[in-house]
Amino acid sequence: MTSRRVFVKSGAMAMVSLGFAPSFLARAAEAATARKKLLIAIFQRGAVDGLNMVVPYGEADYYKLRPSIAIPRPNAAEGAIDLDGFFALHPRMGALKPLWDNSSLAIVHACGSPDQTRSHFDAQDYMETATPGVKSTRDGWLNRYLQATGSDTSPLRGVAVTKQMPRSLQGHAPTLAVGNIESFDVRGGMGAARELETAFAGSSDSLLSGSAKAAFEAMRTLHAASSGRYQPAAGVEYPRSPFGQALQEIARIAKSDVGLEVAFTEATNWDHHVAEGATQGQIAQRLDDFSRALAALATDLGDRLSETVILTMSEFGRAVAENGNRGTDHGHGNAMLLIGGPVKGRKVYGKWPGLGADQRFEGRDLAVTTDFRDVFGEVATRHLSLSPEALANVFPGFRPGGQLGVFRA
Amino acid sequence: MRTTATGFVILAVIITAPAVPAIDFPAGRDAVGHALNRLTYGPRPGDVERVQRMGLSAWIDQQLSPARLDDSALASRLPAMPAKPKTVSSQQEARRYGREAVQVLAQQKVMRAVYSERQLEELLVDFWFNHFNVYAGKGRTSLFIPEYERDAIRPHVLGKFRDLLGATAKSPAMLFYLDNWLSADPEAAERLASQQQQRRARAGLTAPPNAQQRKRGLNENYGRELLELHTLGVDGGYTQDDVINVAKAFTGWTIGRPQPLGRRAQGARRRPFGQAPPAMDMDLGDAPFRFARELHDTSEKIVLGHRFKSGGGMDEGERVLDILASHPSTAKHIATKLVRRFVSDDPPEALVARVAARFRETDGDLREVVRAVITSPEFFAAREGKMKTPLEFIASAVRATGRDMTDAQPMLRALQQLGMAPYQCQPPTGYDDTAETWITAGALVTRMNVAQQIAGAQRATEIGGPEFQKR
Repeated sequence: MTSRRVFVKSGAMAMVSLGFAPSFLARAAEAATARKKLLIAIFQRGAVDGLNMVVPYGEADYYKLRPSIAIPRPNAAEGAIDLDGFFALHPRMGALKPLWDNSSLAIVHACGSPDQTRSHFDAQDYMETATPGVKSTRDGWLNRYLQATGSDTSPLRGVAVTKQMPRSLQGHAPTLAVGNIESFDVRGGMGAARELETAFAGSSDSLLSGSAKAAFEAMRTLHAASSGRYQPAAGVEYPRSPFGQALQEIARIAKSDVGLEVAFTEATNWDHHVAEGATQGQIAQRLDDFSRALAALATDLGDRLSETVILTMSEFGRAVAENGNRGTDHGHGNAMLLIGGPVKGRKVYGKWPGLGADQRFEGRDLAVTTDFRDVFGEVATRHLSLSPEALANVFPGFRPGGQLGVFRA
Repeated sequence: MRTTATGFVILAVIITAPAVPAIDFPAGRDAVGHALNRLTYGPRPGDVERVQRMGLSAWIDQQLSPARLDDSALASRLPAMPAKPKTVSSQQEARRYGREAVQVLAQQKVMRAVYSERQLEELLVDFWFNHFNVYAGKGRTSLFIPEYERDAIRPHVLGKFRDLLGATAKSPAMLFYLDNWLSADPEAAERLASQQQQRRARAGLTAPPNAQQRKRGLNENYGRELLELHTLGVDGGYTQDDVINVAKAFTGWTIGRPQPLGRRAQGARRRPFGQAPPAMDMDLGDAPFRFARELHDTSEKIVLGHRFKSGGGMDEGERVLDILASHPSTAKHIATKLVRRFVSDDPPEALVARVAARFRETDGDLREVVRAVITSPEFFAAREGKMKTPLEFIASAVRATGRDMTDAQPMLRALQQLGMAPYQCQPPTGYDDTAETWITAGALVTRMNVAQQIAGAQRATEIGGPEFQKR
């Protein structure tokens, strides 16, 4: 009885029995033998306050300009977690400290866009298309990476665990946006599913036919590779928050060896214009969830972490000085985190511009000394399989500013 | 037969809309079906024939004057809003009311989308709410969302843009959501705090322990989104200085605060403005717009090249809204968004230019602006490419089946799954209106399953299928 239910539920098996070519099974098998390098990109939407996330506690101006929301120095009560004598992590990010200590967490600070926009929408768009200042770019940088590095049409090379397809993954290469793997299935029986598949295949609209093709293929592959409730590695507990659950879905897909190369998800609610908080309060809660989820993912990936890079990004930073409501307004430079085996960690990368009045961007914000595309580019060429010659295809119009050296040789 | 119908249509256009050059409405079922798909939440059985009989032009006119349409059958389908309590004794109680109110409002929204006869008006209420988006999950915003939609958005969707803009600027929902209720001239706030401290000292009270932390100042959030999203558009030609000066002009635009009853009972005259309300009895009855002169930044300002002399008051905010509402960038921005909504994800430039011109000619008369969009040749030519948003998909599925839907809750769950829960869009940009966002592999599978749920096995493959996803 049980086996029959499993058999019927598994779209993959059902399709095999109906005579569909089992190419997806071949693909799954192939993917399992040649495991690809993996990038997990995480967008902190809403502009995280990077100065309270990776605290430059060696800067007197930091404390002068943030009388009510500065994070105390490492030795003080509830103080920040010291990293290198100048920078420290927010005290609620303790879950990431072991990754720093074992050199698999690196930080790039004062990183951001050459475009000066303080619009969330534009800045996210620029970062996701990786073409700052250019609005006409149709596809995202991760999709262009997929286009440049393979002819495989499996949508499972690039998966977003989000309800809407993020700009980063939009484009010609087939990709998948899915909230939850377990419920990713067409109900109503095989007949209905087949009829729908045929109807979409015949649609003259390429967005409809392409998305449906990706959906049906992905359903078969995923269900063949991983069915039932997901069991994380022993001792790993993801936060029950949407972000924690999304990372768990990513781990599930990564571990089912279906050829995942680029995964994406987002953590929201960083736009703290009012009552941002410091060691307690809004930002503390968000960073706590953020860090515990990332740490859970890193542990859950196990030995796969040796071929994985987790990269975090946010559209811009926030003003150095707090505003009139114990919050922060939109700023410029920010910090990115890189986690994973290939990362040369335990180091804060990038040139630190200082927080003095004449060192700030437009007198108010952390200046940008590293173009975010230098980080993206290094991830694509040094960690993933993009050849340096193909860099211009993924980052049109970009002249790289030099290697940060954030990856092991 | 066909000639007669076309003749009638042209005549109707000439009589009802003299300001617009008469256009030759395409005749036939295709044009009517297209118009019903784009200007309503989808045709019900028999709608195409009904509109063909009355003529497309007459039907469009009717939809543009919704007050003339009898919508009494809808009322019985709308679940009742919970009564707003006059007072609550805790933040939790306030939040509970807010959650309930927004929940019922969301049910009403789905009911209206499916059953209102004033279909175009409903689409426009959705469009303008989304344009002036507020998010129910932010603090106390939810308490004010029902009246925001009812009083600030709905009455103006076919009225003057300036009225709509003004109504949103003064609405408690927007003042909360984009933080302007807290924004103040830092010096004024300091002055006020020290006066209060002196009063307390005279009364023999000690200073509150965290007086320093309560100092308030400028908040740019509303000023920036007003320029970027509500009016000029991100490329509309403003600078960071404009953002700051606009924010200064709106200092003191705030709300009559919910009064902590405990304090009031003790005879304290006024709680220093902007403190988080303490967890005690609060008056929820009224929190209307209020201008707090004592918090206004009276310095000289330059906004988009206009000089505001020092010493101004509430008139400064009004003047900013006047400048923005009549700015050519605003006309273009609004025209672009409306054309994107009704015509194409890639708005044709010529049409945008004509619609923007109409906006300027009519002083932002939204009825005429919308008319210019939906009677354009481009509108009738653009038969492909627009995809239904999740709300449009769900409402049109129910309408197509002619089902009697008594409970909107399952539809709301489906909207949640598809990432478009009403009033739950967190960023001020609102939900996106382009195909790439909504037509994804994951979303199509959910749509196929929702089709099963709404239409049953009989029509699931039609409603879950490719043609039905098109708008």
